[in-house]
Amino acid sequence: MSEGLQLAVEKIDTPTIEYAELAPMLIVFGVAVAGVLVEAFVPRKARYATHLVLALGGMAAAFAAVVALAGEQEVAAVGAVAVDGPSLFLQGTLLLLGIVSVMLIAERRLEHGGDAFAPQAAAAPGSEAEKEATAANLHQTEVFPLTMFALGGMLLFPASNDLLTMFVALEVMSLPLYLLCGLARRRRMLSQEAALKYFLLGAFSSAFFLFGVAMLYGYSGSLKLDRIAVATGGAMDNDALLLIGMAMVAVGLLFKVGAVPFHSWTPDVYQGAPTPITGFMAAATKVAAFGALLRFFYVAMPGMKWDWRPVMVGVAIVTMIAGAVIAITQTDVKRMLAYSSVAHAGFILTGMLAANEAGASSTLFYLVAYGFVTLGAFAVVTLVRDAGGEATHLSRWAGLGRRSPLLAGVFALFLLAFAGIPLTSGFTGKFAVFQAAADGGAGSLVIVGVLCSAIAAFFYVRVIVLMFFSEPRADGPTVVVPSVLTTAAIALGVAVTVVLGILPQPVLDLADKASLFVH
Amino acid sequence: MNGDFPWLTVMAALPFVGGLVVAALPAGKRVLAKNTALAVTLAELVLAIIVTVKFSPDGDRFQFTESYAWIKSFGVHWSLGVDGIGLVLILLTAALMPILVLASWHDADTPQVSASGEAPSGKAAPRSTHAFFALMLMVEAMVVVSFAATDIFVFYIFFEAMLIPMYFLIGGFGGAQRSYAAVKFLLYNLLGGLVMLAAVVALYVVTANHDLGGTGQGTFDLVRISQAVATGELDMNPTAEKAMFLGFMFAFAIKAPLWPFHTWLPDTMTEATPGVAVLVTAMVDKVGTFAMLRFCLEIFPDASKTFAPVIVTLAVIGIIYGALLAVGQTDIKRLIAYTSISHFGFIIMGIFAMTTQGHSGATLYMINHGFSTAALLLIAGFLISRRGSKTIADFGGVQKVAPVLAGTFLVAGLATLSLPGLAPFVSEFLVLVGTYSRYEAAGLFATVGIILAALYVLVLYQRTMTGPVKAGVEKIRDLNVRELVVVAPLMAVLLVLGVYPKPILDVVNPAVEETMSQVERTDPKPSNPIVPAAQPLAAETHGGSK
Repeated sequence: MSEGLQLAVEKIDTPTIEYAELAPMLIVFGVAVAGVLVEAFVPRKARYATHLVLALGGMAAAFAAVVALAGEQEVAAVGAVAVDGPSLFLQGTLLLLGIVSVMLIAERRLEHGGDAFAPQAAAAPGSEAEKEATAANLHQTEVFPLTMFALGGMLLFPASNDLLTMFVALEVMSLPLYLLCGLARRRRMLSQEAALKYFLLGAFSSAFFLFGVAMLYGYSGSLKLDRIAVATGGAMDNDALLLIGMAMVAVGLLFKVGAVPFHSWTPDVYQGAPTPITGFMAAATKVAAFGALLRFFYVAMPGMKWDWRPVMVGVAIVTMIAGAVIAITQTDVKRMLAYSSVAHAGFILTGMLAANEAGASSTLFYLVAYGFVTLGAFAVVTLVRDAGGEATHLSRWAGLGRRSPLLAGVFALFLLAFAGIPLTSGFTGKFAVFQAAADGGAGSLVIVGVLCSAIAAFFYVRVIVLMFFSEPRADGPTVVVPSVLTTAAIALGVAVTVVLGILPQPVLDLADKASLFVH
Repeated sequence: MNGDFPWLTVMAALPFVGGLVVAALPAGKRVLAKNTALAVTLAELVLAIIVTVKFSPDGDRFQFTESYAWIKSFGVHWSLGVDGIGLVLILLTAALMPILVLASWHDADTPQVSASGEAPSGKAAPRSTHAFFALMLMVEAMVVVSFAATDIFVFYIFFEAMLIPMYFLIGGFGGAQRSYAAVKFLLYNLLGGLVMLAAVVALYVVTANHDLGGTGQGTFDLVRISQAVATGELDMNPTAEKAMFLGFMFAFAIKAPLWPFHTWLPDTMTEATPGVAVLVTAMVDKVGTFAMLRFCLEIFPDASKTFAPVIVTLAVIGIIYGALLAVGQTDIKRLIAYTSISHFGFIIMGIFAMTTQGHSGATLYMINHGFSTAALLLIAGFLISRRGSKTIADFGGVQKVAPVLAGTFLVAGLATLSLPGLAPFVSEFLVLVGTYSRYEAAGLFATVGIILAALYVLVLYQRTMTGPVKAGVEKIRDLNVRELVVVAPLMAVLLVLGVYPKPILDVVNPAVEETMSQVERTDPKPSNPIVPAAQPLAAETHGGSK
């Protein structure tokens, strides 16, 4: 008996945790936890500054850790986390996007000294409690730790090397986001509706994901991506489990990416959420979710390429078409950008479907280019305001180019980058994914891609027409002069857009080097 | 042989930097902005002349070549170089730009007509003049790069990027419907460009599969690709070649514009200011016809030959269609736009006839059309701005009140109808002869275009300039000094090139022969006694001295 016990004890591995390899995530989670403590113990007056320093400092430190880890190619935490090229590249991207997002979130110059968030989220919209909170000029700072938790989840999501870790990362990333969506200061009903919608649909998709994980475990006997890949190579006769499992996991991931037909939440949530959060979601969530999608298909399912590719080609095509066509009919800037993000999800899928190394590297590059343009565009949206808050209805933007040519010019640059006009980052990204797709034998996707780009150009151009060639309205919105935080965020967006359009080689090299997954 | 000085890069950078400087000048300094723009375009002209003088027609095909790695991952190099065809088009651009700047001197100073057609009120935006001239200079820089690029990717980037400043020039300045015209311009051309993008990507993959770039990479180097095509190293699948050819051709046919892809041009030319309209037809559109000659024929010679009859047919339809519609127009600018569609038909017909005369004629036609349309449009612009109306019926008897204006308009009009002795005659003759020797029917039908041209030009002149002086016309002043300075060089060029086109043909012909050998076409045996086979180029000197 004692012998048996001893054997059992010997079988348990002592888990070794490679703290150094996990440092970027540990730092961000540490900052998030510290942020909760700040909420609890630091006096109200000092909270904002403490949070800001903590969050920006933490992300900078995490970024430094990512840079220090560059070149690592191994699995950590007993095989749960992959620290490899794509992980580190995406984590670096996410941290930079996180820094820009936090700068937007921390902006307090726009709302008469307030920020974009409800003074007391628990008070029902229109209630006495809400009026009191507004009158007391309350400012909540819980957005900072929430953002950091979400960011931590995002860092882990594309780096997860087993499906359970991936699921946990998915939830850690999503739950704070659901909350953040509901925190808008203005139009609170819309914001809360967005949060509820996102939560319900998100929970649903998580269930799909989890169910798919269970199926795959049933098929392969493992949650590890590389083991599943090995199992798909063997001749098993219960293929149904594998196919259904793969499809369900893909549904969960495609939901986060915002691909058609799992995109229906995007416009409502993008419109309802506070704009800095929308920017953060649109940019960072997409980066993280595409990272996870890449890893799932490239590491766990390469043997199933001939099964998933045709389906995903279909998804990419309808995503591009639906995103581009529906965006034409939108009258709200944020909704238009939401559908544009759907179309871009289709373009990114095009790169991913090349299913070769160029596919991975072009997807990585596209995500960087797209992330910064998106954050910049939403940052501009926060500045165009009237008495009711942000003036997001497109007709209100008429003649903006006359009133503030600089801001309209910057927004036009972002729109041109979205449209993929040469000499902007959008063109380089588009060329990279199309080239990878054509190389990988997905020529039909390239044709659909260019045609959809032409359709998409129509609604981007329409906004430019509105801003520059229409008469300004007498009661038009004003452009608020932001603090240095938003200005810096927009300037960074412009710089990245132009530099990646004219001199993209260093980042292309980096993406090239980072395109190898550890197995 | 030309030293190491990067002439072409400097020529590309000068207007670009100049544009940035103009844009950055303090608001309110309108005159300074204009003078700066004029100085930049003149400096560019000096550079173009230096390059032309240093160019040796008997030397290498591409001269002033330079190449720097740009985007290694895509095999892209910043490669510039000019052959005779590119050189004369760059010279055309550089020569026209100072004229356009002068001609547009006051166009951006006053507030623009509002979309509802109300008379402009209030003041123009403080920097509108700066923006206008800065955008013009940007376009010039991009046109120069397009003519000089020997890397297909570089060409594509500037071919596409050019749309943006053009779009703001059309949409920001001009008539009441300018915003509609600008969007139409941009969407048409963007669609063409994006379809071409698919073909560019496919071409890269094809070259990569043949390992043209070395180490498994593809290449965009035009010289390398056309060599590989000529030697058979790059043997494309015929279906793929045709598809790629159509992708390239679609973009160029929209840009040029070839019937039936032309519908954006009349709107753009009617709504844009005269200067911008010239910029479109005389330079930007020439990039399209130039690119057919440079890229379609050189990279896809077999597909070009396959599709040549179709394209020549479309071109002939364009010639007659444009001319017929021009006859029926009531708006002066729209009329000129349709004449351009007819003329672009001639150019494209000459290119796809694939004969030596056809190619030399088409290249010369690009130059001559640039100058003759510029003259016609700018003088028409002066006339329209004086009367405040574009409708032909509002004019009559201008000859009596403004004889110089009427006289120069007549010369420009006669050049447009290809009167012997004026520049366009030589090129039109060459194109017709060149086409006739391969496609007799096309050559014959195209001559109808000449007859119609006489009709639309002379009727236009008669209605606007002769007859009794109509009400509202009597206050029209004759050309002032600035306008004379604009018109005089154009008149001089039209006359000189009409009698002595040899210098241009000497520069162009070696490049034409290269292209001809690339498409493996020799001139057909003469069935036509007009062209002596032994000296096919004697025809234009005969024609010129008539």
